[in-house]
Order: sequence, then structure tokens, then C-alpha cells
Amino acid sequence: MATLPAGVSAADFNAAIAKFKAAVGEKNVFTSDEDVALYRDAYSPMWGTPQELLASAAVAPDTVEQVQAIVRAANEHKIPLYPISTGKNVGYGGSAPNLHGSVVLDLKRMNRILEVDDRRGFALVEPGVAYFDLYRHIQEKKLKVWIDCPDPGWGSLIGNSLDHGVGYTFGAFRDHFGSHCGMEVVLPNGEIMRTGMGALPGAKSWQDYKYGFGPYVDGLFGQGNFGIVTKMGFWLMPEPEAYQSGYVSVPKRHDLIALVDHVNYLEHIGLIGQPNYSSPLGRAQRNEPDLRALVGKAGGPSDDELDRFGAAKGIPSWEVELQFYGPARTVAANWEYARERIGASIPGTTFRDGHSYRFPMTEEQKAAVEHKVAVGIPAMSIFSIGARSELNPSPTDGHLWFAPIIPKTGEAVLESQRAFAKVYQEFGLNVGGIFQTPATWIYRAFVMIVGLPVSRSNKEINAKSMAAFKRVVEVAAANGWAEYRSPPAFADLVADSYSYNDHALRRFNEQLKDAVDPNGIIAAGRGGIWPKHLRGGRKA
Amino acid sequence: MKMRVLVMFALMGIATSGFAAAPGRAQQVAEGEKLYKYWCATCHGPGIGQNGAPYLPGETALRAKYKGAVPGLLHERTDLTPEFVKLFVRQGITIMPFFRKTEIDDQQLDAIAAYLTRNSKTK
Repeated sequence: MATLPAGVSAADFNAAIAKFKAAVGEKNVFTSDEDVALYRDAYSPMWGTPQELLASAAVAPDTVEQVQAIVRAANEHKIPLYPISTGKNVGYGGSAPNLHGSVVLDLKRMNRILEVDDRRGFALVEPGVAYFDLYRHIQEKKLKVWIDCPDPGWGSLIGNSLDHGVGYTFGAFRDHFGSHCGMEVVLPNGEIMRTGMGALPGAKSWQDYKYGFGPYVDGLFGQGNFGIVTKMGFWLMPEPEAYQSGYVSVPKRHDLIALVDHVNYLEHIGLIGQPNYSSPLGRAQRNEPDLRALVGKAGGPSDDELDRFGAAKGIPSWEVELQFYGPARTVAANWEYARERIGASIPGTTFRDGHSYRFPMTEEQKAAVEHKVAVGIPAMSIFSIGARSELNPSPTDGHLWFAPIIPKTGEAVLESQRAFAKVYQEFGLNVGGIFQTPATWIYRAFVMIVGLPVSRSNKEINAKSMAAFKRVVEVAAANGWAEYRSPPAFADLVADSYSYNDHALRRFNEQLKDAVDPNGIIAAGRGGIWPKHLRGGRKA
Repeated sequence: MKMRVLVMFALMGIATSGFAAAPGRAQQVAEGEKLYKYWCATCHGPGIGQNGAPYLPGETALRAKYKGAVPGLLHERTDLTPEFVKLFVRQGITIMPFFRKTEIDDQQLDAIAAYLTRNSKTK
């Protein structure tokens, strides 16, 4: 027998399950241990322990009317629901709930691409639509638009954007929540609401103008628990004529400060898409034992010591790949401008051309692209990083993403590297460090993301990662940084960091929760927001 | 440990299903190929990996695991059993998570297994 949600009687649970079956058909309600186990978080740090967050059952509707019927039955019997889209948010919770015993509302079967308009540049989709699906639809119809994808293409456009997921082309499109336009939501009382222009009956611009009239409420449904999003519009980028990338390398550690300022200028004025930072000196550790010794010495190396080593070996401290999209002539001119601008400012800067593509591409050309998501092609190749390989013969069973936001400056990168590295060293974790470069998906901020290892067989690894996660969240908060996204086990801890004025934001969210979802049936605990009757169990 | 035992049984071909003799096998294999390409080949098919790595992650992993004893591409294997395929789809392995029945239902999983074992010598 499945785990019951806390405070729910077997009679109520069984009555709700019967109503779910009546709504969606028996085969779309999953109650056997074998089937419900498939909703576990494959990357849970609490795998196999009494603390693991497990579903009690799952129900998979195919239509919005079925979602309404499920919500009404859940209200009647006080059953907590946990909506998922494609359930592939691995590293941030996967398909498992925040509240143990919730019934997962699996929206994967709602997978219709309702509209794609390549003149106005938008798509309207259901939650079960994956990036792969929308990409194939666009290719088959030969539409002249790109999608902006996160690393793994199996994710849901809606699910990813609702967790504030991110991508790889221009800033306006990389912010997947920011590039959405219009939602349809089943509210906790079972009513259907449409946001923005969608609130206008017969609206002709639901996917063109976000705000409609009055307060903009869409934000409540991102990392929130105020309703179930059943449709969502997304803006799409026009297919450009050309792509060119170029690499810029600077010699010294503190050159990062000027480099970031220049790259920010290029990006914010619209000349480049996502910049990719890396550290050639950091990569050189593999073949340079003297460098490894320097990095590993007590107290760590000073910036001057690292600069001297780099200068002696001719290895730059930092490199950034700039990515230009647009007409072939302007792409070339923008790369030339970037070289002139940065070369005149930072002594010792070197440049080299990167990749060059023209669009549309043939299938063979697409297959040869090394970083497919940079040109809007969904892929799964990111798993190369964690999968078993010659260099990684004993891979972990997943990871917890620790993803703190820091300012988009070189100073913040250098400061956060050392602050976080100290914690990782204390816990003996081989992540982060003084060569870590920021993830740049978010348009106006950096993310110093690391994956802390998890194991399904070694509980000590999980305990260490959980302890390190807790500590690094505290260190981040003490420095004015905090996570933009979190695995469920740490949602309360992260939410607790956002404590300005005695948690005024959380208290406001809780007031809304009580008003909108008095029975607390939707995604209890998501975003650190708990319904009234469960607030005593908060984990932070 | 439980996982290891299950893997061992699957490798030995114990508890084999009877679908090899089922009618419409060619159709099932064809359907399985389509499903395999959609769900599996994005990691296990041919292609380059992240930042130009020589293989996609699934092939990279299996090359590292078997060191040439079997092909790195699943669709080229001749040693797979249906149980073995189903075990990994439903239980995952290292960073590959398992798949729910709303993604790949049991009938579709049978088809994927039929495709991947179409040339198997172990049935």
C-alpha cells in the first residue's frame, strides 16, 4: 500500500483515487508500488531513507477538463497534488513532490503544440511538450523560428520556465520565464483563468502582449503553488542568417574584471548572445603538476603567484567565447568591433576565431555542431559531463544543483570563488574552486553553479553533500548571494535566506496561499510556501 | 545489491518473455525503432557529445564500461535480452534516470526491447 499523505484517511484517499479514475480512466491512475516508484527523484540525496520525499500515487490527465475534475476531487478529500510537466527537472527534484505523500499530477500526456506563428514569433503549448517536440514540429513545418533550449532537450517548455529555467541564445530568450507570454491556469478551486490578454474573450494578442490590464500575476505560478499551468505561450527568435563565435583570452586573474565589463557591454547593447567563460589556467592543472601543487598548498595560491605561473607558461587565466547572431556581414563586423574594443583595453589579450555557421543547416551540418543548444538545437549531450567515461570511470548517481546568483562582475566572481571553495574544501568535495567561471544563462546576473554528488548506494556521500549544501547556502546568504532554484530538500532553507524585514515576502506569499488555496492542495512546500496546516513542519 | 541480482538475472536471460514468437513482430520492431530514436538515441545513438566529445554520453559510458567487449551503441548489440533493456529503462543507471509509464508505457517498452534484441543471439 502506498504512503498516505499526512492527515488524510485511507477512506478519503481511496475515494479520491476512485474519482481520479473516473476522470482520466483507470489506466492513467498509478497506485502500484512499481508504478509509483517511477515518480521517485532519481537524484534524491535522501534515496532509500525515511526522509525521502515520495508520492502516494500519480494521476495523468489528458485535458484541462480532466485537470479540473482532479482538482475538485482533491479539494473535496484534502489530497495534496504535486504537478509535474515532463518530470525531467533532475538535480532540482525530478518528478518527486516537495511534500511526502502527495499525489503527483503528471501532465506529460497533455502534449499538444497548439500554435506556432513564425511571423509574430511565438508558440502556444501544453505542459507535456518537450523542447525536442517543438523543435521537430518547427523543422517539419519549415518555420523560420528558433527555440531557446536548456541543456537537456527532454524537458518541458512549461515546466522549465516555471522553475525559472534558462537557455543559450540571446538574453531575451534565455530567460524562459521572461520570454513567456500568456498562461492558462487551473486555479485551486478548479476554475480556469487566462492571464494577460488571454483574459479578454476572443483576444487576438494573447501571445503578443504579456500584461493585459491590471496587476501582472504570472509570476505567482513560477516556483509557486497557486495553480496548475495548462497552456503557456513563448516568444521565439527569428532564424538568423549566420552565427560566428570568437574566443578572447586575457592573461591575468584580475583581467577578469575588465573583461566582464566589456562582455557585459557587448551583450547588453545587443551584439552578442550568451558568453561562455572558462579558465585555460584551470584546465592546465591536468598536465601541470607544479600548478596542481601550487593550487593545493596550504591557504591556496595568491593571485600574483597564479599570474606568474601563467606568464611563465604562456597560459591565460581566463577565456570567453563570444557568440554573434545575425546577418553574415554584421556578425563579422561585430566580432571585429569586439576585438578592437577589448584588445585596446586589456594588455596581452589574444583572439581566435571560433565556429561559423549559416542557416538553415542540412542535417549533416546540424550533426557536426559541437554545442547544439547555442544554435537552438535541443540535445542531451550535457550528460557527457556526468556520464561514465575514460576520465570518469566511477560516475555518481546524479547531483544536487547548488545555483547561487551573484552580480555580473569580475569582482563578484573572484570573491565568490574563494568563499565557496573554502566550504567545498572543508567537505572534501572536488567542485568549484578558484578557477570556477560563472554560468551566464541569466541575462543580468551570474550563477556560480556546482553539482554536489549523490549516490543511491552510498548514504555517506549523500550526507556529506547535504551538509555541504546547507553550509554553502549559509555562506552565500552571509555574502548577499542566494540560489535562484533549489532541490526540494533545500527549498525551505533557500526560502529562509530571503528573509528581509522578518520574512515579509514569505509572509505575503503565505497570505496569498491561504486565500487562493485554503485546503493547501497544490504543490505544498514549492518555493518554500506551505499551506497553513503544514507550516509547523517547515524544514528551515 | 538488489539491482545487481536483477541485472544478473537479466543477463542470464532468466524469465524471458515470449514475445519473440508474437505475431506482428516486424511491426513491433519498427515501432520500437521509432521509439528508441525518440527516447534513447539522443544519448545512445551515434553523434558527437558535449563540446565536440567523440561520442554521445550513452555511447561514451558503454565504451568505458565494456572496453570494446560489446559495441558502444545499443542498437548494434547482439547480446541484449528484453529483460535487460526493461530493467535499465525502469530502474535507470548512474546519471540516467528511469522512465515513467506516461513517457514509455509497457507496450512501448516491449517494442523498444524488441528493436534492441532483434539481432540478439541470447533470447
